[in-house]
Amino acid sequence: MKIVVNGEAAEIRAATLSELLGELGYAEAIVATALNGAMVRKAKRNDTPIAEGDRVEILAPMQGG
Amino acid sequence: MDAMTSTTATADPVEFYGTRVTSRLLLGTAQYPSPAILAEAIRASAAEIVTVSLRRESGVARSGQSFWQLIRDLGVKVLPNTAGCKTVKEAVTTAEMARELFDTPWIKLEVIGEDDTLQPDVFGLVEAAKILTRDGFQVFPYTTEDLIVADKLLSAGCEVLMPWGAPIGSGRGLNNPYGLRSMRAHFPRVPLVVDAGVGVPSHAAAAMELGYDAVLLNTAVAKAGDPVKMARAFALAIEAGREGFRADPMETRDMAAPSTPVMGQAHFG
Repeated sequence: MKIVVNGEAAEIRAATLSELLGELGYAEAIVATALNGAMVRKAKRNDTPIAEGDRVEILAPMQGG
Repeated sequence: MDAMTSTTATADPVEFYGTRVTSRLLLGTAQYPSPAILAEAIRASAAEIVTVSLRRESGVARSGQSFWQLIRDLGVKVLPNTAGCKTVKEAVTTAEMARELFDTPWIKLEVIGEDDTLQPDVFGLVEAAKILTRDGFQVFPYTTEDLIVADKLLSAGCEVLMPWGAPIGSGRGLNNPYGLRSMRAHFPRVPLVVDAGVGVPSHAAAAMELGYDAVLLNTAVAKAGDPVKMARAFALAIEAGREGFRADPMETRDMAAPSTPVMGQAHFG
């Protein structure tokens, strides 16, 4: 299925947000997630299905001023 | 930090939302030549609070993970920002994600109104501050020196105000000392932090001499030829400015007044 991850098109097999993180190499990483513009808490990732055309944001701590 | 600095700082702590710190320098973590220099600069600055952000992470490079490990190893408190957000929705969503990621209710709230100056959109700022404080956040708003905006931010629940010295990254210092002095006078009990635009240590000292409680800066240290030395220079300047303020400076005057006694001066003519 085709979705958009961090602004880039991706072809994925995952059915949920947590599966998506595993599939794309984020396993065990400290990240925050949003689906279609709304934050999805870590505890909700297992129950959050991914659908065709979804926009996912995966953010991590970064340098800032 | 050396004995002189730590001794005086201990006697004069500052409090943000009930959290007491001894260093009045809040340091940004961006744009350093290397992670090692960043870590060394934070140590040299003696800062106890550093700003961080959150950005898209690559599942391959995972660069955010090593950065976060470096910050955690330093044992400093983090103040996440909403840098780059231009709408209330963006800022609020970013704040929510930062709270989960960094496990802190603190948020340096930026709602940027314009690209050339990175000037705060104060209307969006007040609206976002209301939403976030209602949701339990402890908001550090990046604002201007406008007194009415400041009042509205306080009414929204902010307990700290962070007016700009000059546009972010400009290094111009305090563009409006009168406005900053006026803000200090209007809100004598609110912790006030000059945030942004500071270029050299004397700018930071000047902010402290105005009675500001702290200074937040990033580029001035990160882009210095020797960031570690500059970090220490800022720590000393902020300490000196604060002590100068507490020492109650003399009044300025237009005409000269001899400092050496006139009485008893010899006459040779």
